[in-house]
Amino acid sequence: FDRRVVRGMETTLGLVGKDFAIVAADRSAARSIVVFKQDEDKVLELDSHKLLGSAGTAADSKAFTEYIQKNVALYEINTGLKLSTAAASNFIRGELATALRRGPYQTNLMLGGFDSAENRASLYYIDYLASSNKVNYGCHGYASNFVLSILDREWKEGLDVEQGVEIIRKCIAELETRFLVSLPAFTIKLVDKDGIRLLNQHRPEVAAA
Amino acid sequence: MSILEHNGAAIIAMAGKDCVAIAADTRMGLRQQTVATDFEKVFKMTDSVFVGLAGLATDVQTLRNTLKFRLALYALREEREIKPDAFAALVSHMLYEKRFGPYFVEPIVAGLKPDGPFLCGMDLLGAPVFTEDFVVAGTCTENLHGMAESMWRPDMSPDELFETVSQCLLSSVDRDAMSGWGAVVHILTPTGVTSKKLKGRMD
Repeated sequence: FDRRVVRGMETTLGLVGKDFAIVAADRSAARSIVVFKQDEDKVLELDSHKLLGSAGTAADSKAFTEYIQKNVALYEINTGLKLSTAAASNFIRGELATALRRGPYQTNLMLGGFDSAENRASLYYIDYLASSNKVNYGCHGYASNFVLSILDREWKEGLDVEQGVEIIRKCIAELETRFLVSLPAFTIKLVDKDGIRLLNQHRPEVAAA
Repeated sequence: MSILEHNGAAIIAMAGKDCVAIAADTRMGLRQQTVATDFEKVFKMTDSVFVGLAGLATDVQTLRNTLKFRLALYALREEREIKPDAFAALVSHMLYEKRFGPYFVEPIVAGLKPDGPFLCGMDLLGAPVFTEDFVVAGTCTENLHGMAESMWRPDMSPDELFETVSQCLLSSVDRDAMSGWGAVVHILTPTGVTSKKLKGRMD
């Protein structure tokens, strides 16, 4: 457990709508006072209908999320079946829990997925201590202090894509105004019955510069 | 802040006349921030054994899965369901196995034996205490102890028991920042289990 690493500066958030889930994450890769890059994609596509947004120590986030991605693929190869989002959440939680007392992964996750069997999207908030909660919306990191009140106010049952994206836009706008740490760019991905699509790499021109 | 208070919990179990109740709040937070208001902390192990797990949420979930697994094996080997006192002994043993790297949970076992209710509370190392009236666990045990001590009386009917347990829990969590945000009560009687959600202050 590297206590020198500043935790909480990275952000991942998500929400569910009528038949879709959105998972977003900031695009900064930084340590201490230095920003290495502004175009890091932290929303990993586990399979065609699952998104895993991560926030935390870069090494742990990358290693763990890629490990999960490969194991999800292996499950499909072995059994010919796709994991449900709930099953994926349990698998992720189990792996984090096993590692917790051995060599913990310092990574907070938002798992969003669409299950064709139930024709419903779901979102799971998984923290680095391996507790998992099915939620309608959530946010990790210091940004949650700013963003959760907006989500509490604006989220309602049965949002459509436009309304969902508008809420995300409001969250990001709030962070731009009030959050000390500058997060100029966000990756915003959506998953629904047709799969995953990249909604907006928020302000990509900043990253390209 | 102790690691046992990181996520917040309030659990109480009480004995009545041939019935037992176990109730818990449903808040799950990260220190001062509330994350979920539907977090399950009381789990049905068998028709006559319930366990409430207070403490670190990750260990609550891990322990719940491990206990489910161990009970499934027990049922296969013994070809019967586990009794409340045997289950309490199992939990105590599992916790003490991790004596020098424990699970950060303080379980409560509530069950119904043929001759009456069974109550057992444990600390995180598995030290059990068996009582005839009530057991409490969580972040507001002082509140819960005070409420239960005043309100408990012997030989309550299931309805009286439900009312008593609910009032004890709701009043206790209202003075604790880390617990509350919803509550669930389970009443075990020889004829079956009734589960009810309580309407409390969502703050």
